[in-house]
Amino acid sequence: MEFMLSEEQRMLQESVSGFLESHCPLDRVRSAADAEESMANDVHAGLCELGIPGIVIPEEFGGVGMGFLEAALVAEALGGAVAPVPFTATSTMVPVALLAAGSEAQKQNWLPKIASGEICVAVGVTEQLGRRESDGIKAKNGRLNGKAMFVLEGMEAHGYLIADSTGALHLVDADANGLSRTKLKTIDRTRSVAEISLDATPADVLPGSVSDREPLLSTIDAGRLMLAADTLGAAQAMLDQAIAYAKERRQFNRPIGSFQAVKHMCAEMAAELEPCRSLVWYAAHSVHAMPTEARLMACHAKAHLSEVGQFVARTATEVHGGMGFTDLLGLHYWFKRIGFNRQLLGAPELIREEAARVQGLVS
Amino acid sequence: MDLAYSVEHEAYREQLRSFLKKNRNKSPGTGSGAMAANDWQQLLIENGYAALTVPKEYGGAGLAPDILKSHILAEEFTLAKVRPGHSGDNRIVPVLLELGTEEQKQRFIPPTVRGEMLWCQGYSEPGSGSDLASLQTRAHVDGDDFVINGQKIWTSGAKTAHMMFCLVRTEPDAPKHQGISYLLIPMGIPGMEVRPLKQMTGDSIFNEVFFTDCRVPTTEIVGSRGEGWYVANATLKHERGGLGDPNQAASRFHEVLELMKNETIDGRRLIDIPSYRDRAMALQARVFAMKFNGMRVLSHNIKNEEPGLPRWIVKLQGCELNHQIAGLAIDVMGELGILYDESPYIRDQGMWQHRYMMDLGLIIGGGTAQIQKNIIGERALGLPKEPKFDKPI
Ligand SMILES: Cc1cc2nc3c(=O)[nH]c(=O)nc-3n(C[C@H](O)[C@H](O)[C@H](O)COP(=O)(O)OP(=O)(O)OC[C@H]3O[C@@H](n4cnc5c(N)ncnc54)[C@H](O)[C@@H]3O)c2cc1C
Repeated sequence: MEFMLSEEQRMLQESVSGFLESHCPLDRVRSAADAEESMANDVHAGLCELGIPGIVIPEEFGGVGMGFLEAALVAEALGGAVAPVPFTATSTMVPVALLAAGSEAQKQNWLPKIASGEICVAVGVTEQLGRRESDGIKAKNGRLNGKAMFVLEGMEAHGYLIADSTGALHLVDADANGLSRTKLKTIDRTRSVAEISLDATPADVLPGSVSDREPLLSTIDAGRLMLAADTLGAAQAMLDQAIAYAKERRQFNRPIGSFQAVKHMCAEMAAELEPCRSLVWYAAHSVHAMPTEARLMACHAKAHLSEVGQFVARTATEVHGGMGFTDLLGLHYWFKRIGFNRQLLGAPELIREEAARVQGLVS
Repeated sequence: MDLAYSVEHEAYREQLRSFLKKNRNKSPGTGSGAMAANDWQQLLIENGYAALTVPKEYGGAGLAPDILKSHILAEEFTLAKVRPGHSGDNRIVPVLLELGTEEQKQRFIPPTVRGEMLWCQGYSEPGSGSDLASLQTRAHVDGDDFVINGQKIWTSGAKTAHMMFCLVRTEPDAPKHQGISYLLIPMGIPGMEVRPLKQMTGDSIFNEVFFTDCRVPTTEIVGSRGEGWYVANATLKHERGGLGDPNQAASRFHEVLELMKNETIDGRRLIDIPSYRDRAMALQARVFAMKFNGMRVLSHNIKNEEPGLPRWIVKLQGCELNHQIAGLAIDVMGELGILYDESPYIRDQGMWQHRYMMDLGLIIGGGTAQIQKNIIGERALGLPKEPKFDKPI
């Protein structure tokens, strides 16, 4: 038994984190947010050079053919840097869907371009998880009608993977007839979310998804796992900043970290977060190694990281006192990223219900 | 135990209700007959529904203190969803009434009570937050003036305020708590610079305020030189009493319930989802407990007794409760809960996200949660004090 990262995995971590540290500092995050860029093109270009968009795409389709553990390490690094780039939808969810249910031609057509980063593909599956307002999408004779809300990475995308109301998945070109997109503004200005309206828009259904929900479900699993890993990285970054601040900030003639109240806040954050790392690793490893466990683990990783992430986000803010509440240190970029991850692709209660169902615990 | 109100108080409530019914359309923000905020305030004062205990000569309603009436007033305004009046500024007016000179009372209280003079609180400094008494902004006397140099931070409302009540060090050689004075400083005087600071919500209510040789007449002091810490504690008490108001939590909880009854997921009302309903009910119990805790505090206050523990916990528990109520609203909305900034589909103008962040700010502001716990431990529970290090460690 060896539950730890391999040498290559640690090198991947270092190269992605190292790149982000030098090319995606907080100032770059701010400038992207302030200019309402839907993504930081320069950061994305650098990640493309590292092969990141194709991380889980097999080599035969131009990717690097790594696994979900590697993808989770990337998501963690992106969360840690609050990087304003697409990843979860285009680099994990869409490849999973295409590999599971796409025709050979669809794979040939889309995967190499996704792998190189030449195009990004966004994902609209929210109506399949819980319909809030729109009636979802109706498919008829190769055309789609209706609205998909909360389409992840939706503003910068060249194509869309959209679930219709039966759960079948369709690929749509961003410039297809009858498609229009509206930006939905969220608290998190580092990732884009769109509403996509479709009016008799030509679409290309993934054949394997027509009478089988499994491709849809594993696409959602992949997204949840990545959001969990993103939260892990973001929460770790907040904890690191809180610890550094507690060592440096002085009140009452002493570093605030010497107060047990502050020390305990830091220790509780660390004690809650550290096991989450193992949960994310295991969940990611299970995707290939123990597929029967993967869905349950993705559910728990997403729901649990949402809870711990929320705790860390508020507690790390508290350690910073009034400073934490301002824009000065930019702590809120991580706070909001964690808040965003919590709500997307199912908030905790709904996912835990699903975790129970997956195990046959619900009669 | 007797929860009934006296005949006099019941009559007061009836009278107030009919006033509100008749005049609610004049309240700012409701209907076309709405008055400007300050005219509305004047109408309330004239009818004895605002600035109750501020004497008539300083522009108030001049009524005898009646804690229960103030309580009924707050309840009825919340119930009627009508903008309540105010007593000017609950941090400065009580201080001036208690410790100000006659001249200060006449000059400052009437415009403040009318809502024409706004104040900001210049206490915190970059190096002095929780350890407020270590503050470094200095004032020395030169002729008839104090000359002020230094910096304040997190000053809410400094951009719109007309006056600042401010703590400055005037006796640098005295022990730290005894070297502070409480000054009243007009905003915008020469040498003062106000720089807004952005908050996590995206608003800029906070400011930094810089003083470079700012001159203020030596008469603009409340209390004597070196007594500022004690003067300030009078206002800190008022501020703490205000943060964590159980009526506010109750009305916000009501709003979450409405949201859960109206919003649906897959056509199912949110309140019909057992896990969400359970969270709501758990919070409701807390809301009730804090409301009744407030009734106990009130009962002690009426008898002029120190309420003790029930009072000390209000800020800590009340602010946390508000934060959790907002957190529930966001969670039950799912993806809708992250919308912000006038996005399409946004619910309640994004106020739940705004509150979720603002309430965290209030858990920190006005004495952090950790400091509140220290106070509860030491003052209410009588635990030994944390050893103090007067020399740096
Ligand atoms: C929304 C908001 C509005 C505000 N408005 C105003 C205003 O109008 N005017 C004004 O003057 N100030 C205002 N403040 C400032 C506020 O009073 C301070 O932020 C607060 O007192 C904490 O001080 P600090 O920010 O320096 O944090 P610090 O004191 O540096 O605290 C950092 C951390 O250390 C902890 N800590 C410090 N000392 C101890 C201790 N002895 N034991 C245990 N833990 C400790 C704190 O709990 C916190 O977690 C406002 C703040 C906020 C958030």
